[in-house]
This record gives sequence, structure tokens and C-alpha cells, in this order.
Amino acid sequence: MAKKGEWVKIHDVILNPSDRAQSLPDDTKQVPFEMWLNGFLNHDAKIGEIVEITTLSGRKVKGTLVEINPRYTHDFGEPLPELLKIGPILKSMLEKRD
Amino acid sequence: MYEEIIKRKNEIIKKAVGIDYSKFEIEGIAFDYERMMKEVSYTFDEIKKIQSETQVGNTPLVELKNLTKLVRMYSKKGKGARIFLKDEATNPSGSFKDRRASVSVYHAKTHNYKGVIAATSGNYGAAVASQAAKYNLRVIIVQETFDSKHIGQPEILEKGRACEAYGAEVVQLTVGPELFYYTLKLLDETGFFDASLYTPFGIAGIETLGYEVATQVKERFGKFPDAVVITHAGGGNVTGTARGLKMAGAVNTKVIGASVDLRGLHMASDHDFNRKSFTTGHTGFGIPFAAYPDRVDVPRNAARSLRYLDRYVLVTQGEVFFTTEALAQVEGMMRGPAGNTSLAAAIGIAKEMDEDDILVVQETEYTGAGKLPSAQLTFAKKMGITVKNGDSLKEDVPGKVIAIPESIEQIGVIEYPLENLKRSYIKEAIKIYDKKEFSETEIEFMAKDTRSTIDEIKERLEVLRNDKIR
Repeated sequence: MAKKGEWVKIHDVILNPSDRAQSLPDDTKQVPFEMWLNGFLNHDAKIGEIVEITTLSGRKVKGTLVEINPRYTHDFGEPLPELLKIGPILKSMLEKRD
Repeated sequence: MYEEIIKRKNEIIKKAVGIDYSKFEIEGIAFDYERMMKEVSYTFDEIKKIQSETQVGNTPLVELKNLTKLVRMYSKKGKGARIFLKDEATNPSGSFKDRRASVSVYHAKTHNYKGVIAATSGNYGAAVASQAAKYNLRVIIVQETFDSKHIGQPEILEKGRACEAYGAEVVQLTVGPELFYYTLKLLDETGFFDASLYTPFGIAGIETLGYEVATQVKERFGKFPDAVVITHAGGGNVTGTARGLKMAGAVNTKVIGASVDLRGLHMASDHDFNRKSFTTGHTGFGIPFAAYPDRVDVPRNAARSLRYLDRYVLVTQGEVFFTTEALAQVEGMMRGPAGNTSLAAAIGIAKEMDEDDILVVQETEYTGAGKLPSAQLTFAKKMGITVKNGDSLKEDVPGKVIAIPESIEQIGVIEYPLENLKRSYIKEAIKIYDKKEFSETEIEFMAKDTRSTIDEIKERLEVLRNDKIR
């Protein structure tokens, strides 16, 4: 249950595949054009319900409630052996020269 | 709804940018570019003042001494130019895009718009949001973020987070050119200013960057830079920087554009979207925007790179990752990826230049989660891309293989002949204007727009006309 005033994420389908622009590649043509948007919930609601939010620019927008307090999912990734070797190689070349 | 909004495009844009483009039209393809740049925007001194009041610009120019040393180990005797880097990451939101945003947002504020909207998946969103925060304006950033499986490119997710951190509403969309439709709808609904990347405001804001590069080098070394390498996406960076260089008097400085080679990947493909490790500064923008600048949201694009380019080169994804790692490891600067496209190109180009030549890479950007090579390459592997060490120029295959060099020796550039772009320009003109004959006025314009002679335009037209008949 999400409470009024909580920071949430909503989802909406903007265009169904049949309404999409002409001249799209085939793979894109087959899928809908979708939107996700964060904002403050205007009323109590459950995940999956159609809700209204107020966005950071002050707009009121409706969509399906998909997440409460949505998390930033990107990170720094994993260390990569293909990159880790570069520093030591370059540093040893500079040492030789100095 | 879709059709209705698209039909009203001109009316919506006119209100949202406040520019009457019709008064610069001459005939067909021809319009008065210089008059548009002069009349619409602000004077150079006004822009300097606008930027200085919002802490934009006057960024340091750093000599990359260790990278230059390394380059010289692989150069012929007497070769290996001194490489300098303009540290644009020190702008308020962490990239040169603050220069573009500063003028647009100032204009929006002084013309009583309540807010600004920008369609961008790049650093420009954070720049607009940051400037809007300074002027107390509302802001909406529209991003192409996800594929149809709701998987987001980490670099774009980070840029979205940054926009939100500066107080912007961030509209995140799936792949497709309908982003433009949705942006129009938002402009219509809100009455906000369209902080398009391609108005004269967005380009004039970068002129200070070129001017600073020229004067900083001149003050320290008594001469202008021999060459400046500029990452080429939509062409604004090249256009604004080159204009600034010329304003400072650096008319002989070579202007070199550089893009990451992603040829073969389709820009609007749901499948290809997350197989690009670069979200901008690549050939998916560079080539089509140079050849047909007016493909943008506003009627006339102020970014027209063929007017200024002396040379256009491509680098591989692997080369840029190598360069990003090298910049952190031997110069102590964790930056990128954007500016490192031109830095990778600079390493290749410096080898051909004399050792007392000065080569400037004119941008850096802030980095971190989502943007770092570790984040990008971890994501690439997850998307099924092979990541390995190797000779990038031979083994890199966009969307399939990223081969990361192990040595400066393996860094070089792929020449993309300007003549090819200039021919594509004519081909696009024939297609867009749906005619094969152009008036003398139009031919004169095309010559200026591509830095060509009138005879060269006529020759290209002749070749392409015959191509069509065959």
C-alpha cells in the first residue's frame, strides 16, 4: 500500500504498436511506445492500480503504479580484467623512460 | 492525438522557442544562416556575462604530459604533438553542455516562460536542470531510456538521476522517434520554453569554449593551437567551438571532428538500442546530422558542422575505453566517456604531428556510476557483447565485439572523407526538397553550407542526378 504524498513511479503506454510512427525498423514497430515517470502520489493506492501523481515540474499525470520509492538501479559495474591491465602497462613504460 | 500534434508542429515550436524562422528563409534550401545567428541570439559579450553569472565556462586547460610522453614512444623522431585537455567537467553540472543550457535558460527566464523542456538522453538534461535551478524555473527532461524489455542503458539512467537531483521531472520513454511527438505534446500542454539543442542560443553558448581554447593557448605559448579535436554528435559542439576559435582569430587552427564508430547499428531499433556502449558522440548522430542538419526539432538547425570541419575521423569503442582508463591511470583524471572520444582520436592524430605542435581536446565530462567503463562494459557483457583485449581497429564490431587495446601503439583513427559527407548532403537535399534542379541562389547556399566551391556543388549534383537516372 502506498500512502498519499509518497514518492512513486508510474507506467503508461503512450502509443500502441498500430499507432506508432511510420518508417520504424521492424523490431520497434512491433512493441508499444511506453513511459515511466516519478512523482508524489496524490492518494493512497496499491501497486497495479491507476493513480495520479504530481511530478517535480508540478504536472498531474495518471498511470499505473509500479514502484514505491523507486530505486536508482545503475551502478559502477564489475572490475574488468581487460581494463585493469592497462594502468600497470602504461606506468611501467613511463618508469622506463624516466 | 498523434497526427493532430504532429500537424501543429510548426505552431507549437514557434511559440515554444519564440523564434520566427520564416524571416531568415531565402528560397528552397537556402536561408540566411549568419543573419539568424546574429539576430536571434546574444552578442558574444552578453553571453560571457550570462555564463559568468552562473559559474559557467573559464575552465582549465590541462597539459596531458604523460600521455604525450607515451605517444612519442610510438611516433617517428620529431613527431608527437603536445596534447592539452579543456576540463569542461568543472562546469556546474559537469560538462560543456552548461554553456549551451545557460543561454537558453537565461532567454526563457527573461522572456517570462514558467519552465523549460529539453529532449535529451545526454548531459544536456542535467545542464538545463542545473541552470533552471539557478533561475528558479520548472524543468522537464524527456529521455529515450529503455528498450521494450524495460532495460535501461546505464549511462542514460545516470543522466536521468542527475536531472532529478537538480530538480527536473524526467520523462523516461522507450526507443523511438515518437519522443519528438511526446515532447511537442508537453510543450503544448505546459507552455514551457523549448530548450532545443539546435537553436542559435544552444550554439552561441559554445562559442565561448572555442574562444577560451584559442586565447588560453595563445597566452601561454604565443600561438594558436595547431588543431582542435571535437567530439561530433549533432554538430553543435563542432559548430560552436569552431565559430569561437575564429572569433578569437585562430583562423588557421585545424578543426577535426571525431565520432565513435557505431556504423551498422540502427538508431531507432529496439534491439540495437542497448548494444551501443555510447549514447552520443557516435556515427549514428555524426554522419546523418552533418549531411542533413535540418533533421532536428526546430525548422533550421544552427549546428552546421560541414561549414567548419577540416577533417572527420572515427574511433572504435575499444579505443575510447582504453583512453578513458589511460586518462585516469596516468593523468589522474577520471572523466568521460564523452570527451574521451576526441581524446582517443587525438592520440592517433598527435603521432602524425610535429612535437612542437599543440593539439587540444576541447571537453571532458563528469563520470561515475553508469558512465564509467566498468559500468558500461559490465552492461555490454550482459547484453551478449564480447569484451576482450585486442587490436581494436581490426577487431571491434559495433553491437558484437568490443576489442580494447593494450598499448598506445594500437590507437589510431579511421578517416571518414569529408567528400562523402558533402555528397550525402546533396543526396539528402535532392530527397528532402524533391527536386534535381536547384537555383543559383540555392547552389550558392549549398556551397557555403558545405565549405565548397560552386563548381564542386554543380559537379556533385551532376554525379547524383546521373546516379538516379541509371
